[in-house]
Amino acid sequence: MRRRCLSALLALAFCQTVVAEEPRSGYTYMEPATQAMQDDDFLNPGFFLVDEGLRLWRQPMGPAGQSCADCHGPVEREMNGVAARYPVLDAGTGKLVNLERKIQLETARMGAEPLAYESPEILSLTTLISYQSRNMPMQPEITPQLQPFLDRGRKIYEQRRGQLNLSCPQCHVDHAGDKLRGDVISQGQVNAFPIYRLLWGEPGSRHRMFEWCMQSIRARPFERGSDEFIELELYLVQRGAGLVIEAPGVRR
Amino acid sequence: MPALALGIWLQGFGTANADGLAPLTGQPGDPSRGEALLLDMQRVSCLICHRISSLDERDQGQIGPALDGVASRLDNMELRQRIVDARVFNPDTIMPPYYSVTGLVDVADLYRGRTIYDAQEVEDVVAYLLTLTEEANR
Ligand code: HEC
Ligand code: HEC
Repeated sequence: MRRRCLSALLALAFCQTVVAEEPRSGYTYMEPATQAMQDDDFLNPGFFLVDEGLRLWRQPMGPAGQSCADCHGPVEREMNGVAARYPVLDAGTGKLVNLERKIQLETARMGAEPLAYESPEILSLTTLISYQSRNMPMQPEITPQLQPFLDRGRKIYEQRRGQLNLSCPQCHVDHAGDKLRGDVISQGQVNAFPIYRLLWGEPGSRHRMFEWCMQSIRARPFERGSDEFIELELYLVQRGAGLVIEAPGVRR
Repeated sequence: MPALALGIWLQGFGTANADGLAPLTGQPGDPSRGEALLLDMQRVSCLICHRISSLDERDQGQIGPALDGVASRLDNMELRQRIVDARVFNPDTIMPPYYSVTGLVDVADLYRGRTIYDAQEVEDVVAYLLTLTEEANR
């Protein structure tokens, strides 16, 4: 009897290692010192973006002199949970948009100066808005209309590319937890973005990270803000569904 | 035919249908140049993924097997084939092809149509790996 239990237990343990990975935040792969930096709003080097974002939220833009706040009201109320659902289909354009693209569309509509994809303004506003979803699980709503975007995103994720001929999952699925040179490879989840990356010495968006990984394998990256990167982003949000938003995250 | 099959079987799996590769150049590899190449992290160093205990380099990877004593397991033909294109042994390998551009997709402009190493560099790295015997390890 006891023997049977034991083998059942072993079988269970075995099954668990075979079953698809549980999503795990990049946070859990980091050294305690880096985790502590993220946890403390005063130490977190990305936190100034929240303050800067709030200033921009209230700043009049464009000929009508309107601010985000004029239409939306308080950011804590209006943007609560929004970042956890993005990317979404934009009703106006019929395109898949992430937060950055949505902010670009909104400010264009207000007739404001166009904001470049990775501009300090966009980084601040996306950080502010993502911060309103802190500790909420990422939960994209995959409608039938979204399915083709998701499928394309998955294809991009799985495509081997570059002079090193590697796909994202070869590192982030097959070797999560292993050491690549000096780095521990994580699952490559997107729940902490925008992140302050110590290696960069500055904050960056999800697409900047995709670009960095593609450049490391000597592949030609898609453009930040491109349809391809937003589809990839959608796939990664779905893959990591349930992980809580950590913005502004801190990473090595 | 059965004799041949037995021969292949005796060699073990993995190497069974792997021929290995003869030298790519007429000039013998230089082990010290090979070692220098491995220590250059800008050149897609093997140490990104492999460990070689005798080398004084802190940030060594653990994606592939340690290369300590590798010359006692593989001969120069097999080592050369691995570096040139490890997909011959395992089509799904994570190890990049160092001297092949076959089947590559979306390579960055700077590297398109070029291999990671040139032929002589492959020979240098093979020559260096051949110094990594079990005896050298002790
Ligand atoms: C050669 C290995 C390798 C490949 C291939 C690779 N990455 Fe990465 N990736 C890394 C390393 C190393 C890091 C930094 C450590 C970490 O957070 O995993 C990283 C980090 C990330 C992160 C940040 C994770 C976090 O918690 O902040 C994301 C997102 C990511 N990668 C996505 C991708 C995508 C998408 C692809 C494919 C286009 C890809 N990676 C391909 C090695 C790789
Ligand atoms: C991105 C990861 C990666 C890089 C870079 C890499 N390898 Fe590998 N290598 C592997 C993996 C994984 C294996 C295990 C077999 C397989 O999956 O192909 C391997 C297997 C080997 C083997 C067979 C080892 C044995 O004991 O059977 C040799 C030899 C080898 N690599 C040499 C090299 C050399 C030399 C370089 C650099 C010129 C290099 N590798 C670069 C990942 C890598």
